[in-house]
Amino acid sequence: MDLLLWGVLPYVSIALLIAGTFWRARYDRFGWTTHSSQVHESRLLRIGSPLFHFGMLFVVLGHVVGLVIPQSWTDAVGVSDHTYHLLAVSTGAVAGVAAAAGIGILVFRRFKVPAVRRATLRSDHLMYTFLLGAMVLGLTATMLNSTGATGDYNYREGISIWFRSLFTFQPDYHLMGAAPLAFQLHILFGFTLFALIPYSRLVHMFSAPVQYLFRPYVVYRRRDPKLTANREDRRGWERVR
Amino acid sequence: MRVMAQIAMVMNLDKCIGCHTCSVTCKQAWTNRQGTEYVWFNNVETLPGQGYPRRWEDQEKWKGGWERTRSGKLRLRAGGRLKRLGQVFANPELPEIDDYYQPWTYEYKNLIDAPAGDDLPVARPVSSLTGEPVDKIEWGPNWDDNLGGAPENAPLDPIVEKIRDEVGEKIRFEFEQSFMFYLPRVCEHCLNPACVSSCPSGAMYKREEDGVVLVDQDRCRGWRMCVTGCPYKKVYFNHATGKAEKCTFCFPRIEVGLPTVCAETCVGRMRYLGVMLYDADKVAEAAAVEDEHDLYPSQLECFLDPNDPAVVAAARASGITHDWIEAARRSPVYDLIATYQVALPLHPEYRTMPMVWYVPPLSPVVEAVAASGHDGEDAGNLFGAIDALRIPVEYLAELLTAGDPYPVEAVLRRMAAMRAYMRRVNLGEEREESIASAVGLTGAEMEDLFRLLAIAKYEDRYVVPSAARADAEALAGSHPLDEACPVGEAGPVGPSTEVAPGRVLLNLSPTRRSA
Repeated sequence: MDLLLWGVLPYVSIALLIAGTFWRARYDRFGWTTHSSQVHESRLLRIGSPLFHFGMLFVVLGHVVGLVIPQSWTDAVGVSDHTYHLLAVSTGAVAGVAAAAGIGILVFRRFKVPAVRRATLRSDHLMYTFLLGAMVLGLTATMLNSTGATGDYNYREGISIWFRSLFTFQPDYHLMGAAPLAFQLHILFGFTLFALIPYSRLVHMFSAPVQYLFRPYVVYRRRDPKLTANREDRRGWERVR
Repeated sequence: MRVMAQIAMVMNLDKCIGCHTCSVTCKQAWTNRQGTEYVWFNNVETLPGQGYPRRWEDQEKWKGGWERTRSGKLRLRAGGRLKRLGQVFANPELPEIDDYYQPWTYEYKNLIDAPAGDDLPVARPVSSLTGEPVDKIEWGPNWDDNLGGAPENAPLDPIVEKIRDEVGEKIRFEFEQSFMFYLPRVCEHCLNPACVSSCPSGAMYKREEDGVVLVDQDRCRGWRMCVTGCPYKKVYFNHATGKAEKCTFCFPRIEVGLPTVCAETCVGRMRYLGVMLYDADKVAEAAAVEDEHDLYPSQLECFLDPNDPAVVAAARASGITHDWIEAARRSPVYDLIATYQVALPLHPEYRTMPMVWYVPPLSPVVEAVAASGHDGEDAGNLFGAIDALRIPVEYLAELLTAGDPYPVEAVLRRMAAMRAYMRRVNLGEEREESIASAVGLTGAEMEDLFRLLAIAKYEDRYVVPSAARADAEALAGSHPLDEACPVGEAGPVGPSTEVAPGRVLLNLSPTRRSA
């Protein structure tokens, strides 16, 4: 069971992520969008969306630091375990609470504003379930861990090592099997969410428009006669049969 | 000199009768889909009025277009690139549905399905967005059409507000004192498009061949910065597909030499389409001139004379084909904009270098003269009235020349002179050259301008070169409907016998533009 959950599932999830992203880029660029609902409702979105997105940026950054940087490195530069956790929990709490408050506002808005509710995609229901689940479980696990309810579990000696071992294709799944339940569930929800990215609106995260900073303002393009005359039918523009 | 070609449009506002045929045919052709219920690529506004979306001209609020920094550079009014990326999660200047209007339909089914009873069944309005009943429809795409509700609505026109600040309470909306005209609007297909410059994904582009500004639907990611960037609010967000959409200048028609749908169906024959050649190297500088009043002349200076051999040589060197240079020579748009200088750009102060220009309406002036019991066709009376009627002129100046009344007066004088000159001709009186020379034209030029503006034959209004002939042949050769379309065309001498079984025959008479 541990092998299946912590040795196989992560790879399945990442395979689905990569395959789905490839499929989206190859066959469904037209569907690749944020699906913004700001034209329907702007007031709540202007509070909720930046809170959630900026919060999430820092949450992701925190996860990268916690999972990728080995404890021995921070020890080597003289950061004690206590200082590390104090820093991690304090900054993580701010980012996590901001993101949670943001998603709270956004989900409330999605249910409460009729036009936004109507604009909800089928994939949204699944995606929101796992996104909210992963966030709530992550916050719960952190809360339990810092109040000592999990017996002073140090994820940097367990989960982080397992996570890094995924990259060497020698997953140390026993380490995850020994982790507290809240962490286990958080990771399960997290990997499911990864698999959902390309099949839901979350795919917009891969098109973060950083290139805007470097391109000339006005874009010119030549019209390619092949584009209209001989190209294959695009989705939504198929021939009438 | 880097010559580029652009298909541009001029609209003669005197001839717009406000029938909205352009809006309806455009809507039928392009935006009659889910997600674009509220979208009108072409709309006709009554001025003075708030327009669509409401108060779109208020750039203090919507932050569209460009502004000139103190160092003389251009910057998007909504903010620099870094700032805009920071606002990508929630665009603070995005119009909401209510700024356009809540699209609605009616429960027509109820008219048929309602059980028999004492009361006549009614079709209640329901929102097209939510399906919920709408108790009271409070705004629509033409709510203030023909100055409807003008006492409440027209004072909120941003131009009226601005003029009122300057001339005080003189501008009034009691019926007997009001003036009005129609303003049909499409995308301006600007030379310096702010929407293209706002797009974080780089999905929007200006076509090199004909200057049409388009959204690549496969590359748009729905960041909706273009909606804010466009000061004319002519980029729309399709809420069903999550992508931006805009007026395409009917490029599939333009490419085969046909006018746009709005132009083709214009009842008043008030639209003109033609090629403008311009110097692409001059655009950035022209858009950044310090004084807003200089923007109209500076854009005029970007345009190149297609009859100048040096321009023709440079155009050839830039890869512009013979067809296009020929079309530029015959361009009615060039004549109206540059030769006779009777067309003016819409809101040049947005610094986007718009390419849909307008011949300002003389009719508010003529009507004022006629209403006062004088001869509304007399050149002297009209010249005097143009000087005296400050408010219409100032209003038009705010609309078309960044507030400089001088070019508007000059255009109105030219139009008034043409009117007076041609009346004498049509009444069989002696030609009065002094009327023409008073506005710097000759009698022959007057008659040419009259032919272009008043007679306005189809061939004179639309001079659209097709895309390269090879392209056109490739398009025709692979027409997707050849195989699948069940509708056949009858031969010239009645139904042909070789038509495949099962095909429906349509008796299509040859069009007036048949090759």
